[in-house]
Amino acid sequence: MSVDIDQVTDNTKPAPPARTTGRVPSGAGKKVKWALIDILVVAYALIPVLWILSLSFKTADGLNDKSFFPKEWTWKNYQDIFKTNEFVSALVNSIGIALISTIIAVVLGTMAAYAVARLDFPGKKALVGVSLLIAMFPQVSLVSPLFNIERNIGLFDTWPGLILPYITFALPLAIYTLSAFFREIPWELEKAAKMDGATPAQAFRKVIAPLAAPGVFTTAILVFIFCWNDFLFAISLTSTTSSRTVPAALSFFTGASQFEAPNGTISAAAVIITIPIILFVLFFQRRIVAGLTSGAVKG
Amino acid sequence: MAEIVLDKITKRYPDGALAVSEVDLQIADGEFIILVGPSGCGKSTTLNMIAGLEDISEGELRIDGQRVNEKAPKDRDIAMVFQSYALYPHMSVRENMAFPLRLAKVDDATVQAKVNEAAEILDLVAHLDRKPGNLSGGQRQRVAMGRAIVRSPKAFLMDEPLSNLDAKLRVQMRTSVSKLQKQLGTTTVYVTHDQTEAMTLGDRVVVLRGGLVQQVGSPQFLYEQPANLFVAGFIGSPAMNFLPGTLENGALNTPLGTVTLSDRIRRLAEAANAPRELIAGIRPEHFEDAKLVEGKPGGSFTATVDVLESMGSDKYAYFTVEGETATTAELDELAADAGSTDVPASGSSIVTRLAASSGAVAGQPLDLWYDSDKIQLFDPASGKNLTYTE
Ligand SMILES: Nc1ncnc2c1ncn2[C@@H]1O[C@H](COP(=O)(O)OP(=O)(O)OP(=O)(O)O)[C@@H](O)[C@H]1O
Ligand SMILES: [Mg+2]
Repeated sequence: MSVDIDQVTDNTKPAPPARTTGRVPSGAGKKVKWALIDILVVAYALIPVLWILSLSFKTADGLNDKSFFPKEWTWKNYQDIFKTNEFVSALVNSIGIALISTIIAVVLGTMAAYAVARLDFPGKKALVGVSLLIAMFPQVSLVSPLFNIERNIGLFDTWPGLILPYITFALPLAIYTLSAFFREIPWELEKAAKMDGATPAQAFRKVIAPLAAPGVFTTAILVFIFCWNDFLFAISLTSTTSSRTVPAALSFFTGASQFEAPNGTISAAAVIITIPIILFVLFFQRRIVAGLTSGAVKG
Repeated sequence: MAEIVLDKITKRYPDGALAVSEVDLQIADGEFIILVGPSGCGKSTTLNMIAGLEDISEGELRIDGQRVNEKAPKDRDIAMVFQSYALYPHMSVRENMAFPLRLAKVDDATVQAKVNEAAEILDLVAHLDRKPGNLSGGQRQRVAMGRAIVRSPKAFLMDEPLSNLDAKLRVQMRTSVSKLQKQLGTTTVYVTHDQTEAMTLGDRVVVLRGGLVQQVGSPQFLYEQPANLFVAGFIGSPAMNFLPGTLENGALNTPLGTVTLSDRIRRLAEAANAPRELIAGIRPEHFEDAKLVEGKPGGSFTATVDVLESMGSDKYAYFTVEGETATTAELDELAADAGSTDVPASGSSIVTRLAASSGAVAGQPLDLWYDSDKIQLFDPASGKNLTYTE
């Protein structure tokens, strides 16, 4: 599995339209055509991002100048957001909450997925069914009950108050992705390791774990992005800077005066919160070597 | 090196399936033994029990006189080559082969020496630093063998190690496996459902069917003296021809006509209390073009050649003879295993191997002769070979 956007779009691209010129498409012509389509798709995805990047470097006056490139470059928006305690604490909250949720969900998900993929136990179908049910449950309908419950038991506006629902909704995702990965591992390798003289623990550590790693990292990325991007729970279950995450904090930004739209600072903040995700993906992508298990079995 | 004894070994899976039933087998030190049989007969299960990957339900497994039922695979000092090779994809060829030695905490210099030695034997020196994913099927197979031989285990277990190779490579590897085993002299249990491998590789062959041992013996003995219908049909390629027959006053009546049995066979049949209705088995090479045979006792018939395959050294001619067909549970199972779909609508199909000088022509009738001293007679009820001699 890959998180490479280009690759994903490659597979889903519609068939090229038939040529009307009557010329047989040559190899080079075909390549050019695909390159054009690729550029189109990438541009479609990236232009809004670049627009936000450009906005974040514009001065307050230049915000509405309808030009793609800032006429006057400024770091002011970035300086502004880091001057406010609001954004910095939101950033800390976001990173902390997303990381803790990711770690817990991936650890629990790994164990559950291992069991689902490997073992036959009573209630296995029920477990898979229930986790699917949770994944499909509309989160919106849970917001007000959760709000009331958390206020009553004192979880409202705390880190655990967000971590708990994040784990709940990330776990089905984790179990699904991971069990797909675990099913791919040829279990004969474990037997082979045992024959080669490994204890069960050694077989797991030296053979199974290295092969499961790409799946675990992929899942970690997906879960982290899910937690990082959440707005619904973040806006409803927090009220102060003590646990408000960046997506929620953004909506509380104000301009320099109340008649001024805070577009510049919101853009700057949006750029900043994209950076951890990019880092996270880049860091783990090296470990996601597609087809790592190829060559283990058969020809 | 080790002697392996299976003493009434039985395997019952948790779901109640009886996979292996009371298998008795004594494998001598250094022997190359083949387990053969159709799919699902319990070959892999038997092998896995010897390896320790499956628990033994009943019976005792002894290696060098010691009971090992309760020992973990790693304490049995046995190496296994899997059908799928089961190479570790994240390790290089060198690391794959060194893995068992590393686990055994062998010092570095010895590991390198042993791996290099094995790579030398298996012609893998050039590939030591590559990953299994980049190797060809035959190279992967050799790496799997290398991983098994580096630590000089007491015995090798191989579960259809060649079945993923193409036909040509399989023949090549078959010879190398045989040479390697002779060279190392290590006790080897080899599972296959390819009867050519069974015939060519082993010192002794064990034919299994439905978890039961049918016969144990040298390949030649199994070919010449199959204990029952199943072994007769399984060993040999093309397979033995089976025809329903009736025995009357020393004469055998089959769809091929009536033939007087040789004295030897008549005596054997009498001693075995042969029933009147039985099944006659004749191997393809015991037929011949009648023009090329003179004065030898035997039966003869005329039939139209359906298909003629000239192999250069000899010719295979296929016929259909009208009349009843021999059907028993064993024969049905064999047919199913061979995946034979071209069963004639009526009558039995006969395969014959004729001399290259035969004038057989496809679509033309041919006079054929068959050796009355080579006919084998089987009891249709029990499947037992009535002409069997030790
Ligand atoms: N884990 C299991 N649980 C229950 N039954 C099993 C299990 N493994 C194998 N069996 C059954 O045991 C019997 C023997 O299986 P085994 O794998 O030993 O066959 P085999 O001779 O190796 O066949 P093949 O040539 O197809 O590999 C089969 O009928 C199979 O259905
Ligand atoms: Mg098998």
